[in-house]
Amino acid sequence: MKAEGMQASLPALLAAVIGRDLRLALRHGADTLGAVLFFILAGALFPLALGPSPDLLRHMAPGIVWVCALLAALLPLDRLFGSELEDGSLDQLMLSGLPPALVALAKMIAHWLTTGLPLLLAAAPLAIMLGLPLPVLPILLGGLALGTAVLSLIGGMAASIVLGARRGGVLLPLLVLPLATPALIFGAAALDAAQTGLSWRPDLELLGAFLAGALPLCPLAAGAGLRAAVE
Amino acid sequence: MTTQAGPGNKNAGTRLRRRAAAADPNPRTIAIPASRSPAGPLLNVENISVFRGERLVLDGVGLQLDAGGALLLTGPNGAGKSTLLRVLAGLRKPEGGHVLWAGIDALADRTAHAARVAYLGHQDALKPGLTLRENLALPARAAGSDPKQAMEALDLLPLADLPARMLSAGQKRRAALARVMLARAPLWLLDEPSLGLDTSSIGLLEALFHAHRETGGIIIATTHVPLPLPDARTLDLPGVSGLETMEEMDMESWS
Repeated sequence: MKAEGMQASLPALLAAVIGRDLRLALRHGADTLGAVLFFILAGALFPLALGPSPDLLRHMAPGIVWVCALLAALLPLDRLFGSELEDGSLDQLMLSGLPPALVALAKMIAHWLTTGLPLLLAAAPLAIMLGLPLPVLPILLGGLALGTAVLSLIGGMAASIVLGARRGGVLLPLLVLPLATPALIFGAAALDAAQTGLSWRPDLELLGAFLAGALPLCPLAAGAGLRAAVE
Repeated sequence: MTTQAGPGNKNAGTRLRRRAAAADPNPRTIAIPASRSPAGPLLNVENISVFRGERLVLDGVGLQLDAGGALLLTGPNGAGKSTLLRVLAGLRKPEGGHVLWAGIDALADRTAHAARVAYLGHQDALKPGLTLRENLALPARAAGSDPKQAMEALDLLPLADLPARMLSAGQKRRAALARVMLARAPLWLLDEPSLGLDTSSIGLLEALFHAHRETGGIIIATTHVPLPLPDARTLDLPGVSGLETMEEMDMESWS
């Protein structure tokens, strides 16, 4: 019979769910790399389309990196909860003892670790390739670190809401992209400001505030979405 | 059938719910002999009604089980057996009725109820890319139990390091049963547990069931074939007539 007190604590359980997702991402390396490869490829298309003018590319680099990162982070969202729902794992996760909001948070953290972090690493070479001045690079990466976290939160929320919907994959970008526009605006504006010698700090602070708002709200909404999806 | 509903249509849902509970003068509660323990039954389910879309799947279902009890849910496809299990697991909120565990409303705090439940769905919920050991690591961690012991009980140790995609249907089912065992929960809710199992595995299942009931656990299982559950009670869900849709009921209560 159940011995009380032997159960794992909530943080330990949260870490276990994240660990399981990371292990799964490792096993399915191609899926994990897909988003990063898309990011690099899409970014590399711009010089081909716009012409090799260094001035133009340097000017557009912040926008290109941010838009490509936004789109690349969307790619794995469809499967974030979809695969769990299909094979019945979501039922087991809901019964694991974690509140639904924490199940959702664990999946969002896993999404950031497997998509946001690799995007962050790939953003540096892409930005250099587009001619972004090196002193501005830390601001790009700082902004992207906050921005990809926002994307994982908003994306996870949207993914749980469209879970079980017939055309979920089509709905997902339509839900996520408008909600993520503030992150895009502040992130790209910080880079613009830095390039023109203005203060970039307020933009990144607004981005941080956006993250601080999304951090408690998105998992709660996503938890309600998961509850509805298993019904 | 008279209904209390007035001409206003604003509370259609409530009215339907009320009607669902009152529809049948003899609700499909099985008359399980009165509980022997003075404190009342451990699991007391009253008057559960569930709609799927516009169709009434469960209509006033009730059941009572004491510690160590077992119940088989039978009935035709679509009778709501799996739905009832999901309600009891707290995965689905019923439109009406109560689930009482030791006298406490179990569905009021579904996360807390999850600790009492080990649920086996009709899917095995194994990740094909992970080995059997890795698949069982999370449930073992959640309940603080020993995955090795569970794998041994279900004769899975030789397969522990194989990816789940290499396992046969019966082996996967056994792995899912190992997870049920790992949960160390008093209430086992099993959706066709013997699906795909060979004769010797049924023997393992019998030992598992027996050990669980010996320690005061409850087993509720849906099945179409006989299960090794001696002196288990049976609840036959006849299924609600498929014609009884919400619209018709609405019209009925209007007239």
